[in-house]
Amino acid sequence: MDRIPILRMGKFLLVTIQIDLYDRLATNLESDLVQMVNKTEAKGVLIDISALSIVDSFMGRILGNIGSMSKIMDAETVVVGMQPAVAITLIELGLELKGVHTALNVEKGMELLKEKIASDEEPPDETDEDSTE
Amino acid sequence: MKQDISKLLQKKKKQILEDWINNQLADATLREDLMSNDELREQSAELLDGLLKALTDKNFSDVESKEFEPVYEILAGISVSRAKQGFSPRETGIYVFSLKDALLKTLQTELKDDPSTLLDAMLKTNKLMDSMGILTFETYLKGREEIILRQTDEITEISTPVIRVWDGILALPIIGTLDSARTQVVMENLLQEIVASGSTIAILDISGVPAVDSLVAQHLIKTVAATRLMGAECIISGIRPEIAQTVVHLGIDLSSIVTKATLANALKHAFGILRLEVRKVQKEKIV
Repeated sequence: MDRIPILRMGKFLLVTIQIDLYDRLATNLESDLVQMVNKTEAKGVLIDISALSIVDSFMGRILGNIGSMSKIMDAETVVVGMQPAVAITLIELGLELKGVHTALNVEKGMELLKEKIASDEEPPDETDEDSTE
Repeated sequence: MKQDISKLLQKKKKQILEDWINNQLADATLREDLMSNDELREQSAELLDGLLKALTDKNFSDVESKEFEPVYEILAGISVSRAKQGFSPRETGIYVFSLKDALLKTLQTELKDDPSTLLDAMLKTNKLMDSMGILTFETYLKGREEIILRQTDEITEISTPVIRVWDGILALPIIGTLDSARTQVVMENLLQEIVASGSTIAILDISGVPAVDSLVAQHLIKTVAATRLMGAECIISGIRPEIAQTVVHLGIDLSSIVTKATLANALKHAFGILRLEVRKVQKEKIV
């Protein structure tokens, strides 16, 4: 049985989808991920879908579901690396993935997650790091 | 004995060509600026040659006969090239119909003594030349349509440039009406460019869009949502007062989208998001 690996990285969970998702795989991913969030008390979930070239309404819903589920378990979800064609398809299907954050690539997604966690945990410091240029 | 009309015409080919060319030259609408007389003569000779070669007494009355296909091909080529060169429909029509005059004139002089054959030949010639005329217009229009299609494609290509205004900021000035097909092109270009340049902010400037109706607004909202899914933020700028009025009157909700009055304001907002600052250079004071 195929499974999508879920990697733990500090407070975050990392999911990189490298193959085309079929329905069973997607529902498994959903339940595995929620379990992992519970077990590891993760604060953020990063899903990389840069290799995903085909998406249907079911897959879009699963992504949205993961976002909403993580949200009520106090974890932020970031979907990164969406292909232009996938984005257009999802919009045409009327799925705007309101519950999830998005970023261009993994790097920017990680930054975004850290920012979200930081603003959640402690009030932002007044001492911004000075840019010395 | 009944005379062989096609043979007769072939014999008189030179005379017909001369008449035809003279007819064309005599016409007031001759376009010497578009085509030189030599070229015209060459073109006419080719067509007449093909026509007389294909013409036999058997197929004279059958305008759809197979033998005429090469003639129609030559004619189609001529009218398409004329459409592209910018001849008017009238000028192109006169080109073919002046051949008819030349043919009829020859028939008239040759068959003076035989009225019944003359009438018969004239009717057939008329029919043949009419069908050639129709074909000319058909292909002429087709040539024109090709030009229009090509221009439409070009306009779509030109009208959706994606500009990198800053590192990480893209701008997309939209000029002209947004319809579904164009929105698709705009969206695809924008998303592709976002991936290629790794930009996080896209500014959609609609100051060049003449009118926004509910459909256009829908397209805009879609584009913004798609950019968001890609992980970039989309700002709409250049909303003119008339557009603001129509949008509100139509009851379109744009509150989920960041909208700015001008491209400059949008850029400023983008700088704010990226935590960039534009400052005036302070003059160094000499101590």
